[in-house]
Amino acid sequence: MTYVRELIAPQPAPLAPARPVTGARIAAIAILILWALFAAGLVAMVVGGWDQDKFLRYGPRYLNGLWTTISLVCLAVVFGALLSLPIAFARMSQNRALNGIAYAYVYVFRSTPLLAQLFLIYYGLGSFKPQLESVGLWWFFREAWYCGLLSFVLNTAAYQAEILRGAIESVPRGQHEGAAALGLSKRVAFGKIILPQALIVALRPYGNELVLMIKGSAVVAIVTVYDLMGETRYAFSRTFDYQAYLWAAIFYLAIVETLRHVWAFLEARLTRHLKR
Amino acid sequence: MSGFFSALFSALDPLCGPVGLFSLFGSGTLVACGEAGWGDEIAFGVGITISLALATLPVGLFLGFLIALAAQSEEKLLRRATGIYTTIFRGLPELLTLFIVYYGLQILIQSVLASLGYEGRVEINAFLAGMVALAVVFSSYSSEVLLSAFRAIPRGQYEAGDALGLHRGRTMRLIVLPQLIRIALPGLTNLWLILLKDTSYVSVIGLADILRQTGIAARVSKEAFFFYFIASLLYLILAMISSFGLGFVERWAKRAETAR
Repeated sequence: MTYVRELIAPQPAPLAPARPVTGARIAAIAILILWALFAAGLVAMVVGGWDQDKFLRYGPRYLNGLWTTISLVCLAVVFGALLSLPIAFARMSQNRALNGIAYAYVYVFRSTPLLAQLFLIYYGLGSFKPQLESVGLWWFFREAWYCGLLSFVLNTAAYQAEILRGAIESVPRGQHEGAAALGLSKRVAFGKIILPQALIVALRPYGNELVLMIKGSAVVAIVTVYDLMGETRYAFSRTFDYQAYLWAAIFYLAIVETLRHVWAFLEARLTRHLKR
Repeated sequence: MSGFFSALFSALDPLCGPVGLFSLFGSGTLVACGEAGWGDEIAFGVGITISLALATLPVGLFLGFLIALAAQSEEKLLRRATGIYTTIFRGLPELLTLFIVYYGLQILIQSVLASLGYEGRVEINAFLAGMVALAVVFSSYSSEVLLSAFRAIPRGQYEAGDALGLHRGRTMRLIVLPQLIRIALPGLTNLWLILLKDTSYVSVIGLADILRQTGIAARVSKEAFFFYFIASLLYLILAMISSFGLGFVERWAKRAETAR
Protein backbone atom coordinates (compact mmCIF):
# COMPACT_ATOMS: atom_id res chain seq x y z
CA MET A 1 0.00 0.00 0.00
CA THR A 2 1.40 3.31 -0.98
CA TYR A 3 0.55 6.58 0.53
CA VAL A 4 2.04 10.00 0.66
CA ARG A 5 4.82 9.99 3.18
CA GLU A 6 5.94 13.54 2.92
CA LEU A 7 4.18 16.66 1.66
CA ILE A 8 5.65 18.78 -1.02
CA ALA A 9 7.43 21.70 0.57
CA PRO A 10 5.64 25.00 0.04
CA GLN A 11 6.83 26.64 -3.13
CA PRO A 12 7.47 30.31 -3.58
CA ALA A 13 4.89 32.16 -5.67
CA PRO A 14 5.76 32.25 -9.36
CA LEU A 15 7.56 35.36 -10.45
CA ALA A 16 5.36 38.01 -11.94
CA PRO A 17 6.12 38.24 -15.65
CA ALA A 18 8.24 41.27 -16.33
CA ARG A 19 6.17 44.00 -17.96
CA PRO A 20 7.52 44.43 -21.44
CA VAL A 21 8.61 47.88 -22.51
CA THR A 22 6.10 48.51 -25.27
CA GLY A 23 5.84 51.37 -27.69
CA ALA A 24 2.78 52.61 -25.83
CA ARG A 25 4.74 52.81 -22.60
CA ILE A 26 7.55 54.78 -24.17
CA ALA A 27 5.08 57.13 -25.84
CA ALA A 28 3.24 57.58 -22.55
CA ILE A 29 6.40 58.46 -20.70
CA ALA A 30 7.45 60.83 -23.47
CA ILE A 31 4.09 62.61 -23.39
CA LEU A 32 4.10 62.82 -19.61
CA ILE A 33 7.58 64.30 -19.70
CA LEU A 34 6.29 66.82 -22.23
CA TRP A 35 3.42 67.72 -19.89
CA ALA A 36 5.83 68.03 -16.98
CA LEU A 37 8.02 70.33 -19.08
CA PHE A 38 4.97 72.45 -19.91
CA ALA A 39 4.03 72.65 -16.24
CA ALA A 40 7.61 73.51 -15.29
CA GLY A 41 7.69 76.18 -17.99
CA LEU A 42 4.44 77.62 -16.66
CA VAL A 43 5.75 77.72 -13.10
CA ALA A 44 9.05 79.20 -14.27
CA MET A 45 7.18 81.86 -16.21
CA VAL A 46 5.07 82.79 -13.20
CA VAL A 47 7.95 82.71 -10.70
CA GLY A 48 10.52 84.28 -13.02
CA GLY A 49 8.17 86.98 -14.24
CA TRP A 50 6.66 87.68 -10.81
CA ASP A 51 6.00 91.34 -10.34
CA GLN A 52 4.55 92.55 -7.07
CA ASP A 53 3.39 95.76 -8.66
CA LYS A 54 1.45 94.03 -11.44
CA PHE A 55 0.02 91.53 -8.99
CA LEU A 56 -1.31 94.29 -6.73
CA ARG A 57 -2.68 96.23 -9.68
CA TYR A 58 -4.33 93.44 -11.65
CA GLY A 59 -5.05 90.83 -8.95
CA PRO A 60 -8.14 92.62 -7.58
CA ARG A 61 -9.30 93.32 -11.13
CA TYR A 62 -9.13 89.60 -11.92
CA LEU A 63 -11.24 88.82 -8.85
CA ASN A 64 -13.72 91.48 -9.96
CA GLY A 65 -13.82 89.90 -13.40
CA LEU A 66 -14.32 86.48 -11.87
CA TRP A 67 -17.30 87.81 -9.93
CA THR A 68 -18.73 89.39 -13.10
CA THR A 69 -18.41 86.10 -14.99
CA ILE A 70 -20.01 84.08 -12.21
CA SER A 71 -22.91 86.47 -11.61
CA LEU A 72 -23.55 86.80 -15.34
CA VAL A 73 -23.64 83.04 -15.85
CA CYS A 74 -25.81 82.39 -12.79
CA LEU A 75 -28.37 85.03 -13.77
CA ALA A 76 -28.38 83.84 -17.38
CA VAL A 77 -28.93 80.21 -16.39
CA VAL A 78 -31.75 81.06 -13.95
CA PHE A 79 -33.60 83.35 -16.37
CA GLY A 80 -32.92 80.91 -19.20
CA ALA A 81 -34.49 78.12 -17.15
CA LEU A 82 -37.60 80.25 -16.64
CA LEU A 83 -37.81 81.09 -20.35
CA SER A 84 -37.17 77.48 -21.35
CA LEU A 85 -40.34 76.26 -19.59
CA PRO A 86 -42.87 77.75 -22.03
CA ILE A 87 -40.64 76.81 -24.99
CA ALA A 88 -40.35 73.20 -23.87
CA PHE A 89 -44.11 72.93 -23.32
CA ALA A 90 -44.81 74.57 -26.66
CA ARG A 91 -42.47 72.07 -28.25
CA MET A 92 -44.39 69.17 -26.69
CA SER A 93 -47.87 70.53 -27.45
CA GLN A 94 -50.17 69.07 -30.10
CA ASN A 95 -50.78 72.52 -31.54
CA ARG A 96 -48.97 72.66 -34.91
CA ALA A 97 -48.34 76.41 -34.85
CA LEU A 98 -47.00 76.50 -31.28
CA ASN A 99 -44.80 73.51 -31.96
CA GLY A 100 -43.45 75.08 -35.16
CA ILE A 101 -42.63 78.39 -33.49
CA ALA A 102 -40.85 76.69 -30.60
CA TYR A 103 -38.94 74.45 -33.00
CA ALA A 104 -37.87 77.41 -35.12
CA TYR A 105 -36.70 79.30 -32.01
CA VAL A 106 -34.63 76.36 -30.79
CA TYR A 107 -33.20 75.68 -34.25
CA VAL A 108 -32.19 79.27 -34.91
CA PHE A 109 -30.58 79.89 -31.53
CA ARG A 110 -28.77 76.57 -31.51
CA SER A 111 -27.28 76.86 -34.98
CA THR A 112 -25.98 80.42 -34.99
CA PRO A 113 -22.84 81.41 -33.04
CA LEU A 114 -23.28 83.08 -29.67
CA LEU A 115 -20.92 85.82 -30.85
CA ALA A 116 -23.21 86.69 -33.79
CA GLN A 117 -26.24 86.75 -31.49
CA LEU A 118 -24.40 89.06 -29.10
CA PHE A 119 -23.38 91.42 -31.92
CA LEU A 120 -26.90 91.39 -33.31
CA ILE A 121 -28.30 92.46 -29.94
CA TYR A 122 -25.59 94.89 -28.83
CA TYR A 123 -24.61 96.60 -32.07
CA GLY A 124 -27.69 95.69 -34.12
CA LEU A 125 -30.45 96.71 -31.73
CA GLY A 126 -28.22 99.48 -30.44
CA SER A 127 -28.50 101.19 -33.82
CA PHE A 128 -32.22 101.77 -33.23
CA LYS A 129 -31.50 104.34 -30.56
CA PRO A 130 -34.39 106.81 -31.22
CA GLN A 131 -37.01 104.05 -31.37
CA LEU A 132 -35.69 102.41 -28.21
CA GLU A 133 -35.61 105.76 -26.44
CA SER A 134 -39.22 106.40 -27.34
CA VAL A 135 -40.22 103.00 -25.91
CA GLY A 136 -38.10 103.65 -22.83
CA LEU A 137 -35.81 100.65 -23.28
CA TRP A 138 -32.63 102.50 -24.20
CA TRP A 139 -31.16 102.15 -20.70
CA PHE A 140 -31.23 98.39 -21.23
CA PHE A 141 -29.67 98.19 -24.68
CA ARG A 142 -27.09 100.88 -23.91
CA GLU A 143 -25.31 98.69 -21.38
CA ALA A 144 -23.09 95.92 -22.77
CA TRP A 145 -23.67 93.92 -19.58
CA TYR A 146 -27.44 93.80 -20.08
CA CYS A 147 -27.03 92.94 -23.76
CA GLY A 148 -24.67 90.10 -22.86
CA LEU A 149 -27.15 88.85 -20.29
CA LEU A 150 -30.02 89.01 -22.79
CA SER A 151 -28.14 87.12 -25.48
CA PHE A 152 -27.05 84.46 -22.98
CA VAL A 153 -30.59 84.06 -21.67
CA LEU A 154 -32.00 83.66 -25.19
CA ASN A 155 -29.23 81.24 -26.14
CA THR A 156 -29.33 79.04 -23.06
CA ALA A 157 -33.15 78.97 -23.06
CA ALA A 158 -33.03 77.20 -26.43
CA TYR A 159 -30.60 74.58 -25.14
CA GLN A 160 -32.39 74.13 -21.82
CA ALA A 161 -35.76 73.74 -23.53
CA GLU A 162 -34.37 70.82 -25.51
CA ILE A 163 -32.85 69.29 -22.35
CA LEU A 164 -36.14 69.62 -20.49
CA ARG A 165 -38.19 68.25 -23.38
CA GLY A 166 -35.90 65.26 -23.82
CA ALA A 167 -35.99 64.52 -20.10
CA ILE A 168 -39.78 64.74 -19.82
CA GLU A 169 -40.25 62.58 -22.89
CA SER A 170 -37.82 60.01 -21.50
CA VAL A 171 -40.22 59.18 -18.65
CA PRO A 172 -42.02 56.00 -19.74
CA ARG A 173 -45.71 56.04 -20.64
CA GLY A 174 -46.47 53.59 -17.86
CA GLN A 175 -45.74 56.30 -15.31
CA HIS A 176 -48.44 58.53 -16.80
CA GLU A 177 -50.85 55.62 -16.93
CA GLY A 178 -50.02 54.56 -13.38
CA ALA A 179 -50.73 58.05 -12.12
CA ALA A 180 -54.01 58.13 -14.04
CA ALA A 181 -54.95 54.73 -12.58
CA LEU A 182 -54.38 56.13 -9.08
CA GLY A 183 -56.84 58.88 -9.90
CA LEU A 184 -54.26 61.69 -9.73
CA SER A 185 -55.07 64.79 -11.69
CA LYS A 186 -52.76 65.67 -14.58
CA ARG A 187 -51.12 68.52 -12.66
CA VAL A 188 -50.43 66.53 -9.53
CA ALA A 189 -49.13 63.64 -11.60
CA PHE A 190 -46.80 65.98 -13.46
CA GLY A 191 -45.47 67.65 -10.32
CA LYS A 192 -45.15 64.56 -8.15
CA ILE A 193 -44.37 61.77 -10.59
CA ILE A 194 -43.17 62.92 -14.00
CA LEU A 195 -41.04 65.94 -13.14
CA PRO A 196 -38.91 64.36 -10.36
CA GLN A 197 -37.95 61.48 -12.65
CA ALA A 198 -37.34 63.82 -15.57
CA LEU A 199 -35.08 66.12 -13.55
CA ILE A 200 -32.84 63.21 -12.57
CA VAL A 201 -32.37 62.40 -16.26
CA ALA A 202 -31.78 66.10 -16.97
CA LEU A 203 -29.21 66.58 -14.23
CA ARG A 204 -26.16 65.68 -16.30
CA PRO A 205 -27.12 67.70 -19.40
CA TYR A 206 -27.86 70.67 -17.16
CA GLY A 207 -24.35 70.40 -15.74
CA ASN A 208 -22.92 70.29 -19.25
CA GLU A 209 -24.96 73.34 -20.21
CA LEU A 210 -23.65 75.22 -17.18
CA VAL A 211 -20.06 74.45 -18.19
CA LEU A 212 -20.77 75.50 -21.79
CA MET A 213 -22.29 78.73 -20.51
CA ILE A 214 -19.23 79.53 -18.39
CA LYS A 215 -16.99 78.92 -21.38
CA GLY A 216 -19.27 80.83 -23.71
CA SER A 217 -19.49 83.80 -21.36
CA ALA A 218 -15.95 84.76 -22.37
CA VAL A 219 -17.38 86.34 -25.54
CA VAL A 220 -18.81 89.32 -23.63
CA ALA A 221 -15.22 90.53 -23.30
CA ILE A 222 -15.42 91.50 -26.98
CA VAL A 223 -18.28 93.95 -26.36
CA THR A 224 -16.35 95.71 -23.57
CA VAL A 225 -17.73 93.91 -20.52
CA TYR A 226 -14.96 93.43 -17.98
CA ASP A 227 -15.54 89.80 -17.06
CA LEU A 228 -12.63 87.43 -16.38
CA MET A 229 -11.71 87.38 -20.07
CA GLY A 230 -12.18 91.15 -20.37
CA GLU A 231 -9.86 91.84 -17.45
CA THR A 232 -7.36 89.45 -19.00
CA ARG A 233 -7.44 91.30 -22.29
CA TYR A 234 -7.12 94.60 -20.42
CA ALA A 235 -4.12 93.36 -18.45
CA PHE A 236 -2.48 91.99 -21.60
CA SER A 237 -3.04 95.17 -23.56
CA ARG A 238 -1.39 97.17 -20.75
CA THR A 239 1.56 94.93 -19.94
CA PHE A 240 2.07 92.68 -22.99
CA ASP A 241 2.77 89.98 -20.43
CA TYR A 242 1.78 86.52 -21.63
CA GLN A 243 1.14 85.49 -18.01
CA ALA A 244 -2.19 87.33 -18.16
CA TYR A 245 -3.64 84.57 -20.33
CA LEU A 246 -2.12 81.81 -18.21
CA TRP A 247 -3.76 83.19 -15.08
CA ALA A 248 -7.10 83.35 -16.88
CA ALA A 249 -6.63 79.74 -17.98
CA ILE A 250 -5.96 78.70 -14.38
CA PHE A 251 -9.08 80.52 -13.18
CA TYR A 252 -11.33 79.04 -15.87
CA LEU A 253 -9.96 75.53 -15.36
CA ALA A 254 -10.48 75.84 -11.61
CA ILE A 255 -14.11 76.93 -12.05
CA VAL A 256 -14.93 74.21 -14.55
CA GLU A 257 -13.21 71.43 -12.61
CA THR A 258 -14.86 72.48 -9.33
CA LEU A 259 -18.22 72.54 -11.04
CA ARG A 260 -17.64 69.12 -12.58
CA HIS A 261 -16.78 67.56 -9.23
CA VAL A 262 -19.67 69.25 -7.44
CA TRP A 263 -21.99 68.00 -10.15
CA ALA A 264 -20.64 64.44 -9.93
CA PHE A 265 -21.22 64.53 -6.16
CA LEU A 266 -24.73 65.90 -6.60
CA GLU A 267 -25.56 63.23 -9.14
CA ALA A 268 -24.24 60.43 -6.92
CA ARG A 269 -26.19 61.84 -4.00
CA LEU A 270 -29.48 62.37 -5.82
CA THR A 271 -29.51 58.99 -7.56
CA ARG A 272 -28.49 56.89 -4.59
CA HIS A 273 -31.97 55.34 -4.38
CA LEU A 274 -31.55 54.04 -7.93
CA LYS A 275 -28.38 52.06 -7.16
CA ARG A 276 -28.81 48.32 -7.18
CA MET B 1 -7.00 74.63 -67.61
CA SER B 2 -6.81 76.58 -64.36
CA GLY B 3 -8.59 79.44 -66.11
CA PHE B 4 -11.40 77.06 -66.98
CA PHE B 5 -11.71 75.89 -63.37
CA SER B 6 -11.71 79.39 -61.93
CA ALA B 7 -14.37 80.36 -64.48
CA LEU B 8 -16.40 77.31 -63.45
CA PHE B 9 -16.10 78.20 -59.76
CA SER B 10 -17.06 81.81 -60.29
CA ALA B 11 -20.03 80.65 -62.38
CA LEU B 12 -21.18 78.34 -59.59
CA ASP B 13 -20.53 80.85 -56.77
CA PRO B 14 -23.75 80.63 -54.72
CA LEU B 15 -23.52 84.23 -53.46
CA CYS B 16 -21.93 86.42 -56.12
CA GLY B 17 -21.96 84.24 -59.24
CA PRO B 18 -24.30 84.86 -62.18
CA VAL B 19 -27.03 82.92 -60.37
CA GLY B 20 -25.86 83.84 -56.86
CA LEU B 21 -28.16 85.00 -54.07
CA PHE B 22 -26.64 88.46 -53.78
CA SER B 23 -26.46 89.09 -57.53
CA LEU B 24 -30.10 88.06 -58.06
CA PHE B 25 -31.76 89.78 -55.11
CA GLY B 26 -29.13 92.19 -53.85
CA SER B 27 -28.43 94.41 -56.84
CA GLY B 28 -28.91 98.05 -55.91
CA THR B 29 -28.90 97.28 -52.19
CA LEU B 30 -26.14 97.18 -49.59
CA VAL B 31 -25.26 93.58 -50.39
CA ALA B 32 -24.74 94.10 -54.13
CA CYS B 33 -21.64 92.47 -55.55
CA GLY B 34 -18.69 94.46 -56.78
CA GLU B 35 -17.91 98.07 -55.99
CA ALA B 36 -21.48 99.08 -55.20
CA GLY B 37 -22.09 96.92 -52.15
CA TRP B 38 -20.69 94.50 -49.62
CA GLY B 39 -21.82 91.30 -51.31
CA ASP B 40 -18.44 90.15 -52.59
CA GLU B 41 -16.68 90.93 -49.29
CA ILE B 42 -19.23 88.86 -47.40
CA ALA B 43 -18.96 86.06 -49.97
CA PHE B 44 -15.20 86.06 -49.37
CA GLY B 45 -15.87 85.77 -45.61
CA VAL B 46 -18.15 82.80 -46.20
CA GLY B 47 -15.33 81.16 -48.16
CA ILE B 48 -12.89 81.75 -45.30
CA THR B 49 -15.29 80.33 -42.72
CA ILE B 50 -15.97 77.21 -44.77
CA SER B 51 -12.33 76.61 -45.63
CA LEU B 52 -11.25 77.10 -42.01
CA ALA B 53 -13.82 74.58 -40.80
CA LEU B 54 -12.94 72.12 -43.57
CA ALA B 55 -9.20 72.50 -42.90
CA THR B 56 -9.68 71.98 -39.16
CA LEU B 57 -11.86 68.89 -39.50
CA PRO B 58 -9.31 66.30 -40.73
CA VAL B 59 -6.60 67.51 -38.33
CA GLY B 60 -8.97 67.47 -35.37
CA LEU B 61 -10.42 64.08 -36.32
CA PHE B 62 -6.99 62.51 -36.72
CA LEU B 63 -5.75 63.91 -33.40
CA GLY B 64 -8.99 62.87 -31.72
CA PHE B 65 -8.65 59.34 -33.11
CA LEU B 66 -5.10 59.06 -31.75
CA ILE B 67 -6.21 60.36 -28.36
CA ALA B 68 -9.13 57.93 -28.26
CA LEU B 69 -6.75 55.07 -29.07
CA ALA B 70 -4.43 56.21 -26.28
CA ALA B 71 -7.30 56.66 -23.83
CA GLN B 72 -8.39 53.04 -24.19
CA SER B 73 -4.89 51.56 -24.07
CA GLU B 74 -3.92 49.19 -21.27
CA GLU B 75 -1.05 51.46 -20.32
CA LYS B 76 -2.11 53.49 -17.31
CA LEU B 77 0.42 56.28 -17.91
CA LEU B 78 -0.88 56.81 -21.43
CA ARG B 79 -4.45 57.09 -20.16
CA ARG B 80 -3.34 59.67 -17.63
CA ALA B 81 -1.47 61.70 -20.26
CA THR B 82 -4.57 61.90 -22.46
CA GLY B 83 -6.73 62.67 -19.43
CA ILE B 84 -4.69 65.81 -18.80
CA TYR B 85 -5.07 66.88 -22.43
CA THR B 86 -8.85 66.49 -22.58
CA THR B 87 -9.37 68.06 -19.15
CA ILE B 88 -7.43 71.17 -20.12
CA PHE B 89 -8.89 71.76 -23.54
CA ARG B 90 -12.46 70.91 -22.64
CA GLY B 91 -12.27 73.22 -19.62
CA LEU B 92 -10.84 76.31 -21.32
CA PRO B 93 -13.12 78.70 -23.18
CA GLU B 94 -12.52 78.42 -26.93
CA LEU B 95 -11.79 82.13 -27.11
CA LEU B 96 -9.06 81.82 -24.47
CA THR B 97 -7.56 78.79 -26.23
CA LEU B 98 -7.44 80.84 -29.40
CA PHE B 99 -5.62 83.72 -27.68
CA ILE B 100 -3.22 81.36 -25.92
CA VAL B 101 -2.37 79.65 -29.20
CA TYR B 102 -2.16 82.89 -31.17
CA TYR B 103 0.11 84.77 -28.80
CA GLY B 104 1.82 81.65 -27.41
CA LEU B 105 2.93 80.39 -30.81
CA GLN B 106 4.15 83.86 -31.66
CA ILE B 107 6.26 84.07 -28.48
CA LEU B 108 7.49 80.51 -28.91
CA ILE B 109 8.63 81.01 -32.51
CA GLN B 110 10.14 84.38 -31.66
CA SER B 111 12.18 82.97 -28.78
CA VAL B 112 13.34 80.02 -30.89
CA LEU B 113 14.41 82.40 -33.68
CA ALA B 114 16.07 84.71 -31.15
CA SER B 115 18.15 81.83 -29.85
CA LEU B 116 19.20 81.18 -33.44
CA GLY B 117 20.25 84.79 -33.80
CA TYR B 118 17.30 86.28 -35.67
CA GLU B 119 15.93 89.44 -34.03
CA GLY B 120 12.87 90.36 -36.06
CA ARG B 121 9.19 90.56 -35.22
CA VAL B 122 7.24 87.44 -36.07
CA GLU B 123 3.60 87.73 -37.12
CA ILE B 124 1.83 84.42 -37.08
CA ASN B 125 -0.85 83.70 -39.64
CA ALA B 126 -4.32 84.12 -38.09
CA PHE B 127 -5.70 81.30 -40.23
CA LEU B 128 -3.04 78.91 -38.96
CA ALA B 129 -3.51 79.95 -35.33
CA GLY B 130 -7.27 79.57 -35.64
CA MET B 131 -6.86 76.20 -37.26
CA VAL B 132 -4.53 74.94 -34.53
CA ALA B 133 -6.74 76.21 -31.69
CA LEU B 134 -9.96 74.85 -33.19
CA ALA B 135 -8.31 71.52 -34.03
CA VAL B 136 -7.08 71.13 -30.47
CA VAL B 137 -10.54 71.83 -29.05
CA PHE B 138 -12.22 69.63 -31.67
CA SER B 139 -9.81 66.77 -31.01
CA SER B 140 -10.44 66.76 -27.28
CA TYR B 141 -14.20 66.59 -27.81
CA SER B 142 -14.06 64.10 -30.67
CA SER B 143 -11.79 61.82 -28.65
CA GLU B 144 -14.63 61.40 -26.14
CA VAL B 145 -17.12 60.60 -28.90
CA LEU B 146 -14.73 58.11 -30.53
CA LEU B 147 -13.85 56.56 -27.16
CA SER B 148 -17.47 55.80 -26.37
CA ALA B 149 -17.85 54.40 -29.89
CA PHE B 150 -14.80 52.18 -29.32
CA ARG B 151 -16.39 50.91 -26.13
CA ALA B 152 -19.58 50.04 -28.00
CA ILE B 153 -17.70 47.59 -30.23
CA PRO B 154 -17.59 44.18 -28.54
CA ARG B 155 -14.30 42.41 -27.85
CA GLY B 156 -15.43 39.53 -30.01
CA GLN B 157 -14.88 41.67 -33.10
CA TYR B 158 -11.15 41.99 -32.30
CA GLU B 159 -10.98 38.27 -31.47
CA ALA B 160 -12.65 37.44 -34.77
CA GLY B 161 -9.98 39.50 -36.50
CA ASP B 162 -7.29 37.54 -34.66
CA ALA B 163 -8.99 34.25 -35.55
CA LEU B 164 -8.91 35.20 -39.22
CA GLY B 165 -5.20 35.81 -38.93
CA LEU B 166 -5.40 39.54 -39.62
CA HIS B 167 -2.75 41.62 -37.98
CA ARG B 168 -3.78 44.53 -35.78
CA GLY B 169 -3.67 47.25 -38.38
CA ARG B 170 -5.86 45.29 -40.76
CA THR B 171 -8.28 44.37 -37.98
CA MET B 172 -8.61 48.06 -37.19
CA ARG B 173 -9.05 49.07 -40.80
CA LEU B 174 -11.34 46.30 -42.05
CA ILE B 175 -13.39 45.36 -39.00
CA VAL B 176 -13.35 48.05 -36.32
CA LEU B 177 -13.21 51.29 -38.29
CA PRO B 178 -16.36 50.77 -40.42
CA GLN B 179 -18.40 50.04 -37.29
CA LEU B 180 -16.74 52.88 -35.41
CA ILE B 181 -17.73 55.43 -38.05
CA ARG B 182 -21.33 54.23 -38.00
CA ILE B 183 -21.58 54.48 -34.21
CA ALA B 184 -19.70 57.76 -33.86
CA LEU B 185 -21.35 59.62 -36.73
CA PRO B 186 -24.24 61.28 -34.80
CA GLY B 187 -21.81 62.60 -32.19
CA LEU B 188 -19.37 63.79 -34.84
CA THR B 189 -22.19 65.53 -36.72
CA ASN B 190 -22.91 67.49 -33.56
CA LEU B 191 -19.24 68.38 -33.18
CA TRP B 192 -19.06 69.58 -36.79
CA LEU B 193 -21.98 71.96 -36.18
CA ILE B 194 -20.23 73.24 -33.03
CA LEU B 195 -17.00 73.67 -35.00
CA LEU B 196 -18.84 75.69 -37.64
CA LYS B 197 -20.09 78.04 -34.93
CA ASP B 198 -16.72 78.20 -33.18
CA THR B 199 -15.04 79.48 -36.34
CA SER B 200 -16.73 82.81 -35.57
CA TYR B 201 -14.14 83.37 -32.79
CA VAL B 202 -11.31 83.80 -35.29
CA SER B 203 -12.86 87.11 -36.31
CA VAL B 204 -11.46 88.44 -33.01
CA ILE B 205 -7.85 87.84 -34.05
CA GLY B 206 -8.46 89.53 -37.38
CA LEU B 207 -9.19 86.73 -39.82
CA ALA B 208 -11.65 87.92 -42.47
CA ASP B 209 -14.45 85.42 -41.82
CA ILE B 210 -18.21 86.03 -42.08
CA LEU B 211 -18.52 87.88 -38.80
CA ARG B 212 -15.48 90.09 -39.39
CA GLN B 213 -16.56 91.07 -42.91
CA THR B 214 -20.13 91.82 -41.86
CA GLY B 215 -18.77 93.73 -38.86
CA ILE B 216 -16.68 95.96 -41.12
CA ALA B 217 -19.67 96.48 -43.39
CA ALA B 218 -21.83 97.32 -40.36
CA ARG B 219 -19.36 99.88 -39.06
CA VAL B 220 -18.89 101.59 -42.41
CA SER B 221 -22.52 101.61 -43.54
CA LYS B 222 -24.02 102.17 -40.04
CA GLU B 223 -26.55 99.42 -40.75
CA ALA B 224 -25.47 97.12 -37.92
CA PHE B 225 -28.72 95.25 -37.48
CA PHE B 226 -29.04 94.41 -41.17
CA PHE B 227 -25.49 93.11 -41.54
CA TYR B 228 -25.39 91.07 -38.34
CA PHE B 229 -28.75 89.64 -39.35
CA ILE B 230 -27.18 88.61 -42.67
CA ALA B 231 -24.27 87.03 -40.76
CA SER B 232 -26.62 85.02 -38.54
CA LEU B 233 -28.61 83.97 -41.58
CA LEU B 234 -25.46 82.77 -43.35
CA TYR B 235 -24.43 80.69 -40.34
CA LEU B 236 -27.96 79.28 -40.19
CA ILE B 237 -27.83 78.34 -43.87
CA LEU B 238 -24.42 76.69 -43.44
CA ALA B 239 -25.75 74.68 -40.50
CA MET B 240 -28.82 73.64 -42.49
CA ILE B 241 -26.77 72.56 -45.48
CA SER B 242 -24.40 70.56 -43.32
CA SER B 243 -27.08 68.82 -41.32
CA PHE B 244 -28.84 67.99 -44.58
CA GLY B 245 -25.63 66.61 -46.13
CA LEU B 246 -24.61 64.73 -43.01
CA GLY B 247 -28.08 63.18 -42.88
CA PHE B 248 -27.27 61.58 -46.23
CA VAL B 249 -23.90 60.38 -44.95
CA GLU B 250 -25.58 58.88 -41.89
CA ARG B 251 -28.09 57.03 -44.02
CA TRP B 252 -25.25 55.82 -46.23
CA ALA B 253 -23.33 54.55 -43.20
CA LYS B 254 -26.40 52.77 -41.88
CA ARG B 255 -27.31 51.08 -45.20
CA ALA B 256 -26.15 47.68 -43.96
CA GLU B 257 -28.27 47.96 -40.83
CA THR B 258 -31.52 48.80 -42.58
CA ALA B 259 -31.13 45.87 -44.97
CA ARG B 260 -30.95 43.44 -42.09
